[in-house]
Amino acid sequence: MASITEKAMRVLFVFCGLAIILFLVGILYVLLSNSMPGLMELGFGPFFAADRWNPAAYGEPTYSLINMIYGTLMVTLGALIFAVPIGVAAAAYLAEIASPWERELFKPIVEVLAGVPSVVLGFFGLVVLAPLIARIFNLNSGLNAFNGAILVGIMALPIIITLAEDAITAVPKEYRHASLALGGTRWQTIWKTTIPAAFSGITAAAMLGMGRAIGETMIVLMVTGNMVARPDSFLDSVRTLSAGIAIDIGDVVFNSNHFHALFVAGLLLFLITFIVNLLADILIQRKPEANK
Amino acid sequence: MKTEVINRVVLTEKKTSEWRSYELAGFWALRLTLVLVILILGVIVFDIVSKGAGVINWEFLTQPPRVGMTEGGIFPAIVGTFYVTLITIAFAVPLGVGAAIYLNEYAVQGKFTRLVRMSVRNLAGVPSIVFGLFGMAVFVKIFGFGPSLIAAGFTLGLLTLPVTVTASEEALRTVPRAYREGSFALGATRWQVVRTVVLPRAIPGILTGTILGLARAAGETAPILATGAAFFLPHLPDSIRSQFMALPYHLFIMSTQHHAISQVRPIAYGTALVLLALVCLLNLAAVLLRKRYRDKVAKGL
Repeated sequence: MASITEKAMRVLFVFCGLAIILFLVGILYVLLSNSMPGLMELGFGPFFAADRWNPAAYGEPTYSLINMIYGTLMVTLGALIFAVPIGVAAAAYLAEIASPWERELFKPIVEVLAGVPSVVLGFFGLVVLAPLIARIFNLNSGLNAFNGAILVGIMALPIIITLAEDAITAVPKEYRHASLALGGTRWQTIWKTTIPAAFSGITAAAMLGMGRAIGETMIVLMVTGNMVARPDSFLDSVRTLSAGIAIDIGDVVFNSNHFHALFVAGLLLFLITFIVNLLADILIQRKPEANK
Repeated sequence: MKTEVINRVVLTEKKTSEWRSYELAGFWALRLTLVLVILILGVIVFDIVSKGAGVINWEFLTQPPRVGMTEGGIFPAIVGTFYVTLITIAFAVPLGVGAAIYLNEYAVQGKFTRLVRMSVRNLAGVPSIVFGLFGMAVFVKIFGFGPSLIAAGFTLGLLTLPVTVTASEEALRTVPRAYREGSFALGATRWQVVRTVVLPRAIPGILTGTILGLARAAGETAPILATGAAFFLPHLPDSIRSQFMALPYHLFIMSTQHHAISQVRPIAYGTALVLLALVCLLNLAAVLLRKRYRDKVAKGL
């Protein structure tokens, strides 16, 4: 009897492990199988034409994702310009300079920031940041790429801080000792020895932050204005791929070209974030060599 | 002290004290970036607490919305979030713990376990709106659940799976190897070891993962947009096939979709505060719980 339970439990747990892989493959399969009919009927052209996203138009629907790709790029880059330097500096402070009590105090605060739901950040951007931006830049509306970039940056900050701090802490003590023994100051040791040694981990942190920024939906949906026109500057309204899907997902007609086009956008989003995360993953596995 | 001496020897051109002050300025600059991060969080929390606190009272928490959602409370959204996170946990915890047990207790570490772990990390990176698309295509349409608690709960369950797997695996790893070896030596089978020795000691860690997953699921909006969340429902959900109102979705519509946005702004602030408080309390509970059992592990038990 015992051996039957034993075997059943083993099969059950193997199945649980297998299920994780199946879910990831399943997501890719569902995205592919639902975007294929659209790609077959329309080809790749319309999705990348110099055109607008207007798939529900009565006469000639257009499916171009180009402006949404621009929007995603602008918000993501803007967020990283803001979040990577601040995040890495804060991580360097936490890992190398902060006293133990500061670490005990600040790390949970960073974790709290990580837990703030993105819809709450979006709400803050909508009611506080947008009027502020409109006043500062003398605009009619503060709902634009700039607003989205700041809030997505705030969303990505805790991820970057936590992972960069891990990377810096993982640098072997011998590196620091060697630098100090050669006469380097603590400041020189941090910037010339420790951080370069943690570089691959810090890059991975920035990339994982980037992956999150690319896929972030609620913040951009609420604060970037969602215009489908091509943006000229950060003060223009943009629509990102994620927000584009979120806007249409509620009332799209099942199995229409519009429906399939949404899955094309989803597939694109999935592939971009997958590649970014995979690269970050490879970088994280590369640890400083003296660990051996 | 030794560093001090070496500095003096090497840095002959500049006085050590001058270097020290540069260094101190640099440290303060780095400290300021961290203060900036905390300040950002502080401003957000202060704004929501100061403008939301006045709205919250017993009626707000226990009454449904009235008069075209311009008055009344958010009770159905609280109940909806509670129900949908229950389904999420029922989906994600057994699977997540099972996968963690496989990875840590049963599997021979190799290519396959690396593949599973890589899948966990990549699943964690899939954008939430893509989970929404998947849920709509699979749970709503193919499985025929329609927009419902169960479709949304399963979608959120997939999204929180990486959280529960990672936390459960960490919990299992903290159980000392000697415990397992001791039980094996006494003739216990693998499942007996897992059930009677490993799992009981890993429970606090698994609970932490469960709470973190709950917090994550409670705050997500994008995955439930098309899988079951409703703008307004006159009654509470009465089965897992019902649509539901949810706190994050309620905040979204009250701040962007409602016909009288400025009139319902206080309600939006109140909803934001309730959601923020709920998620922060759950996260805080998880952090404290984790700290307690990590300290225990550090002390050798």
